[in-house]
Amino acid sequence: MAELEAVIGLEIHVQLSTKTKMFCGCELSFGDEPNVHTCPVCLAHPGVLPVPNEQAILYALQIAAALECEVAPRSIFHRKNYFYPDSPKAYQISQYDIPLASDGRLGDVRIHRAHLEEDAAKMIHLGGSGRIHGSGASLVDFNRGGTPLVEIVTEPDLRSASEAAQWARLLRETVRQLDVSDVNMEEGSLRVDGNISVRPAGSEQLGTKTELKNMNSFRFLERGIEAELARQRELIETGGTVEQETLHFDPTDGTLTPLRSKEEAHDYRYFPEPDLVPLAPTEEMLREAREALPELPAARIERYGRELGLAEDVAALLAADPETAAFFESAASAAEGVEPRVVANWVTGELAAALRQDGGEVTVTESKVEPDALAALAALVAEKKISHGSGKTVLAALVAEGGDPAAIVEREGLAQISDSGELEAIVAAAVEATPEAAEQVRGGNQKAIGAIVGAVMKETKGRADGGEVNRLIRAQLGL
Amino acid sequence: MGELLKLTVAEAAAKVAAGEVSGDEYFEAWREAAAGDELNAYLWRAEDGAGGAEGPLAGVPVAVKDIFCTEGVPTTAGSRILEGYAPPYTSTAVRRLTEAGARVLGKTNMDEFAMGSSNENSAYGPVLNPWDRERVPGGSSGGSAAAVAGGLAPCAIGTDTGGSIRQPAALCGIVGLKPTYGAISRYGMIAFASSLDQCGPLTRDVTDAALLLGALQGRDPCDSTSVGLEGGVEAPSREDLKGLRFAVPSELARDEIDAGVRAVFEATLARIEDLGGEIAEAPLPHAEHGISAYYVIAPAEASSNLARYDGVRYGMRKEGARDLIEMYESTRAEGFGAEVKRRIMLGTYALSSGYYDAYYGRAQRVRTKIAADFTATFADFDFVVTPTSPSVAFGLGEKTDDPLAMYLNDFFTVPMSLAGIPAISIPAGLAEPEGGGPQLPVGFQIAAPAFAEQPLLEAAYALERAIGFEGRPEGAGGG
Repeated sequence: MAELEAVIGLEIHVQLSTKTKMFCGCELSFGDEPNVHTCPVCLAHPGVLPVPNEQAILYALQIAAALECEVAPRSIFHRKNYFYPDSPKAYQISQYDIPLASDGRLGDVRIHRAHLEEDAAKMIHLGGSGRIHGSGASLVDFNRGGTPLVEIVTEPDLRSASEAAQWARLLRETVRQLDVSDVNMEEGSLRVDGNISVRPAGSEQLGTKTELKNMNSFRFLERGIEAELARQRELIETGGTVEQETLHFDPTDGTLTPLRSKEEAHDYRYFPEPDLVPLAPTEEMLREAREALPELPAARIERYGRELGLAEDVAALLAADPETAAFFESAASAAEGVEPRVVANWVTGELAAALRQDGGEVTVTESKVEPDALAALAALVAEKKISHGSGKTVLAALVAEGGDPAAIVEREGLAQISDSGELEAIVAAAVEATPEAAEQVRGGNQKAIGAIVGAVMKETKGRADGGEVNRLIRAQLGL
Repeated sequence: MGELLKLTVAEAAAKVAAGEVSGDEYFEAWREAAAGDELNAYLWRAEDGAGGAEGPLAGVPVAVKDIFCTEGVPTTAGSRILEGYAPPYTSTAVRRLTEAGARVLGKTNMDEFAMGSSNENSAYGPVLNPWDRERVPGGSSGGSAAAVAGGLAPCAIGTDTGGSIRQPAALCGIVGLKPTYGAISRYGMIAFASSLDQCGPLTRDVTDAALLLGALQGRDPCDSTSVGLEGGVEAPSREDLKGLRFAVPSELARDEIDAGVRAVFEATLARIEDLGGEIAEAPLPHAEHGISAYYVIAPAEASSNLARYDGVRYGMRKEGARDLIEMYESTRAEGFGAEVKRRIMLGTYALSSGYYDAYYGRAQRVRTKIAADFTATFADFDFVVTPTSPSVAFGLGEKTDDPLAMYLNDFFTVPMSLAGIPAISIPAGLAEPEGGGPQLPVGFQIAAPAFAEQPLLEAAYALERAIGFEGRPEGAGGG
């Protein structure tokens, strides 16, 4: 049997961080007393009508712009009808055949559509499994009910669980940098569901998909998809078939259980919401949305590669956080004669490590290390004025107290030994002190040189240039 | 006191404004009259007349159809399922009336959720026609019409979805106006069919209708579909119909019209010509499909609008259910009457996946064609005229077993509702019912282009004066 290829699409719900709900004036909150942010509209009293939140529309347009989507000139709200206590009107106002945005792209993944809708209320089931079936009683908290949501649906362009998780991170960073959502998976302001299927590698046809829910971290997203892919592969390899269903991922034991549908028969009876007029963004709203866009991670990664020659993984690390990116750009432009990719390595490598070692509580921009100082440090090392090892010592000092690298080098006496006579003498002494290693190196064991280098470094307290030391040792040994 | 009740609202408001009568005195006189309700017109009556003393309607008592939410005052929409419900907020229509100085005199009986043409679908018993208590007052605003005709209120408001203001006004011998869709806010008006529902006045004469419309109309930020009437509404004063063209739709001249109604209609056409108006037949080729389209669209929207009555948050809840689904089912089985259930079933079916296009989609296309027919007709004509109802008031119980016969009552009123245009019914004379009996009122309907309320009221006023309808039911209080 041909190898089974994974085909994954994601459906992402983003809670918008507007001041008020999607269709009423109730304040948005997280973690407040239950049912304090309610009104006749979001409790669906008789006779109430929805009024769309303009801020939510603007935020959705920003997301649409960031995902390079086409914005519909007139999109339509629909009613999605279903009976459940989390939906007080017994329908959700959503968008159906004409969504706000469609045909976009983020990174390598195509966006099928993005639309506006309202969130359901929160249900708490007492006793039993924590789900409604088998619970003793169920409580409803309407604080969340009516929160503006943007639902983003990708094309099935992802080919592995890790790719899916990686892309979801990019999406989160993108939305976070728009400053339109808290994008907190644990609190549910970012919710990612997977549409998962497998097919023989090379096939163009899509297999039967399942929908995977309740993956409230990127780790769980990856693990859940892995588990589902394994289940589907095993099913097919043992002659079974995949059933279209919705599965609930339990992160505590990694199990997948089929979810009961909200109504036994799944017919939402969509029809255009007669209480709302079509959503027709004005030119001004569209312009405002475009102008509010910062440079987003995907664009930044691309620019770092094209203009600065950074490797994609390093560029992605920098671009994931706009503050880190700004720090890097400032340092790179201050570092004369040092290649940007070297500065990038300092930021993502040594500086990140030094901050972690320092307790990991401060970010790059919060630290005492100024971009100019990092630039100066990178230059000192690049110009071989100090060794790479000394550079790390200086960086530790910068993290601890800030300041100017040159002054620290001076104070700590870390300047590289530039007198070649002095270094030659130290090397000669070291070779003499390690006769066994010297013999082995002469005999062709290149690794044994490390012991001699170590001795030199110990003697010089790391102030020697590693390459130069190597060269001198080999000369001493007549190689 | 009796003299006060003879005054029209405009006359009384003028006396209150001039200080000849106090608002309290006027209100109290009507409160006493309303207390003598033998028609089952009221479901709730005000006990005191606290209210505005300023404004164009200072002291004017208004009978309010029980479909308008009134804060702290029982609001049932004629349904068992809202028994005991007192809303936490007041509808915009009622608020605007009270801001103009009017006071709520009582809440009037109606067909359950405005579904009916006879008022026999109220969970609180039928309303009796003040002209003949063996006959229906029409519906669904039957309580409002009977209260005004029966001398239990000087004026009332109702709602019209397919004729629910115009038909009871016709059957009770008063004026009923359905404004353009969007002229008056629907906020706080319990929804039956959201794309058709419109609030309007039921009054003794056209001048009072204009007075109430002036207070009620206006764009409301709580209703996205409201636009108001540009330039407001003035008291009509036109005395002739010179230069105005009236279209009689050829397709609506059907055999089903009672001979007595036809005679009054033709006499009224002659009066229009006497006043200088021109009459001509004009085609409205799709209007005859109005009933079919209406009885798909209205139930479809109703099935969704009424889904919120689930026993969870307010209103009736059937206790003793073992689980959620059983609670939904037993609450709705007991809370809704037969006609409401019939329409929920019809509407649910029409929206079902696989049937949507054949029913709801097609009905909407018919609606578009009917609206286009009117637009074409209004290119050559100022107004379209028809009898309001094919018959005079029919007997209680006469059509309850035949829903289709009942639905045909709306034959002349539904096309205007589907097109969203304004239409008024004025009493045009009396006619003997088919099968004999005392004479009963006949309504004459005039429809105008969207937002042409002022010309419509002017023409209706001129015609009203020429007709000089003085009919009052025997034994009715008031004038």
